[in-house]
Amino acid sequence: MAETLLEIEGLEKSFPGVHALKGVRLRVQKGEVHALMGENGAGKSTLIKVLTGIYQKNGGTIRFDGEEINVRTPMEANEKGISTIYQELNLVPFQTVYENLFLGREPLSRYGQIDRKKMIAEARKILNELGVSIDVTRPLGKYSTAVQQMVAIARAVSINAKLVIMDEPTSSLDSKEVQVLYRIIRQLKSAGISVIFISHKLDEIFEICDRMTIFKDGEYVGDYDIQEIDQLRLVSLMVGRDMAKLERTKREYGFSDMKPIAELKNIRQGMRLNGINLDIRQGEVVGLAGLLGSGRTEIAQILFGSVMPDEGEIFWLGEKAPIHSPADAIRRGMGFCTEDRKTEGIIPHLSVRENMTIALLPRLQTFGFVKTKKQNAIVKNYIDRLKIKTPSPDQAICNLSGGNQQKVLLARWMCMNPKLMILDEPTRGIDVGAKAEIEDLIRELSSGGISVLMISSEIAELERNCDRIIVIRDGKVTGELTGEEISQNSIMEMIAKNGLEEVKKHD
Amino acid sequence: MTEAKGRPLLYLQKYSAAVMLLFFILVNALLTPNFFKAGTLNNVITQICPTILCSMGMTLVISTGGIDISVGSVMAMSGVITARLMTGIGLIPALAVAVTVSILIGCFTGFMVGKLRLQAMVVTLGLMLGVRGVAQVVCGGRDIYFNKLGNVGVQLSQWGSYKIAGFIPVQIVPIALAVFFVWIMIEKTVLGRQIQAVGDSLKSSTLAGIHSVRILMIVYGLSAFFAAFAGVFQAAKVSVAAGSSLGQLAELDAIAAVVIGGTPMIGGKAHVVGTIVGALIMQVITLTCVMNNIPDQYAQVFKAAIIVAAVFIQREQTK
Repeated sequence: MAETLLEIEGLEKSFPGVHALKGVRLRVQKGEVHALMGENGAGKSTLIKVLTGIYQKNGGTIRFDGEEINVRTPMEANEKGISTIYQELNLVPFQTVYENLFLGREPLSRYGQIDRKKMIAEARKILNELGVSIDVTRPLGKYSTAVQQMVAIARAVSINAKLVIMDEPTSSLDSKEVQVLYRIIRQLKSAGISVIFISHKLDEIFEICDRMTIFKDGEYVGDYDIQEIDQLRLVSLMVGRDMAKLERTKREYGFSDMKPIAELKNIRQGMRLNGINLDIRQGEVVGLAGLLGSGRTEIAQILFGSVMPDEGEIFWLGEKAPIHSPADAIRRGMGFCTEDRKTEGIIPHLSVRENMTIALLPRLQTFGFVKTKKQNAIVKNYIDRLKIKTPSPDQAICNLSGGNQQKVLLARWMCMNPKLMILDEPTRGIDVGAKAEIEDLIRELSSGGISVLMISSEIAELERNCDRIIVIRDGKVTGELTGEEISQNSIMEMIAKNGLEEVKKHD
Repeated sequence: MTEAKGRPLLYLQKYSAAVMLLFFILVNALLTPNFFKAGTLNNVITQICPTILCSMGMTLVISTGGIDISVGSVMAMSGVITARLMTGIGLIPALAVAVTVSILIGCFTGFMVGKLRLQAMVVTLGLMLGVRGVAQVVCGGRDIYFNKLGNVGVQLSQWGSYKIAGFIPVQIVPIALAVFFVWIMIEKTVLGRQIQAVGDSLKSSTLAGIHSVRILMIVYGLSAFFAAFAGVFQAAKVSVAAGSSLGQLAELDAIAAVVIGGTPMIGGKAHVVGTIVGALIMQVITLTCVMNNIPDQYAQVFKAAIIVAAVFIQREQTK
């Protein structure tokens, strides 16, 4: 069993101005699920990219399956038996499932034509082995992200991979789908295939992984068996200092007398929202809990004017307020950090400065000209205050780590002096250190009288930060918890209980 | 861009267009007799005017991730409208009508692209054909010669060949104004920031409160505005407004100038100075061929090679 598949020693990689990997090591056994841990920027992705031939190393050795390798292209890595499943799936949604499975290595018939019959049969076989039964002749795009992910895994396995690398594979899956993924990982394991697993969700690491290697700032910290380490110690090692355990600090609910800042009345939209009634009072942190697809994000979108409701009214500061566009919402004093930071948040190639002030610019002008001095002062202030790590305000935002991008986006709204901040999955894909900072920031906002509407799939996060929690199910408000009532158990019970009642009604 | 320090190759990439221009000037200095004469510069200024005007608008359009291939037709329409109307209502009112109609066409494009989410290439392809047709209808299928239009026609012809202080062509004025205006807009104004933001990520920009439809209407409107003036200046220079040939392929020259100048086709960045350098490179190539008695067809081939080379050199940068 204890046969080594991958052995990396003294790996070096530098970019101009950045020493990304400082002689790191990594050892993966055959049939092992190995977690690669570290904060954003610790060097995990760089290591993966060197391993799969996207980057070339500057020093050190990589031994794979007994031989020293130095792959130059991802294709070569594939041939050696290393396949990678990226966070963003690199599949073609318009082509069918089986075409995707064999993309680039289609079996040919005798006459040099693509042998579709064989492809279909093979595809069915491979997917069945993984316990996925879908129609392989339909376009891939018709299936959920989870199924697409399974197809990506099937593709990885079917090229006789010895090592499968999964970079944040669960970030777009709900808990049921995650279980399917785990089952497949266990199958891979029993077939003697090794898995390198990267995730920011610590619970997942402890559930599925056997061993882990921790990096910090491009250096090797250590490797551990999963049994010999606990979450708190892991976090401390990753961050490099002892962490105070993240705990709920809120106690009593003291906002009953506050006047509501925003109210939604009987909002309906398509199939997603079926009569939503809720209000947000001044200075409170309201959490929206519920399963994926329950309508949480849609509520935020309607409040912010990026989606129009079919029916229903929005009240702002007690007055009826039609909101037709994000610009309307912003004018009234809202800010919205969306779930999908990459395509609905950052403006990737613009600088940190422009990204931070893009919404503020209309107020930062004289006769259409940007007041550069004031702009620079504001940007500098927020970079210091939120501890944003960037070489300079001129850096393009796409070069920053996820946590720092998120801080820039928070600053984008904070500098507008908002009355209500909507945060959709504010800590998704962000490492523990930055997570704690962002949660501190939420508290700071709320104590400054700013209301926060927070959406999160992580119940622990809602528990820690919210004064009031509203449970959403099938586009309806099905429950509410305030102050002392809030605990992880009570939230989960409420999400589950309402589900049961629903089932009973149908019987 | 800070990475360019200490890496000569990256530096070369960043200033590739300027380096290329210097190279061509150097080649001409060695090979072309009489290249460094005031006449050459004057030639460049008069001939480059329509390209520069259109390419300023095009820089804005391309930095939003779009493209406008209708500018050549807009040039023709604006030239023809001015020529037809000026005998009746005078030069300035005629010009005003031509420019207004052009701007409306541009805003229409912006609306189609921004609000209805149509491909800019398809919308402006349609307009390229349609507006060219309108131009031909307006001029009645015949070229309008300015010397047959009486006083006002002669006046416009004289305008087109006027020399400031006796030797600098009048075309320098619209060139300078257009460049100055667009440069200031991109570098200093809120609108310039918003244009580049929309080009980089339409979704994120809208969610940051930018009225993206309005921005696109302004950008395409400006493109048509510059094209309208380019059309009139070009007609004035050659003293004829021809609906079928005025401004033909001007859109391609403008796009080429923008691309050689380093503005990425995917949008998000506008390099105004680069565009000028790009336009100059193409003009110098034409001039080199003319002055050395090389047929124009060869110049076309050269230009094609330069465009592809420019895109190749810049592919790293624009990622």
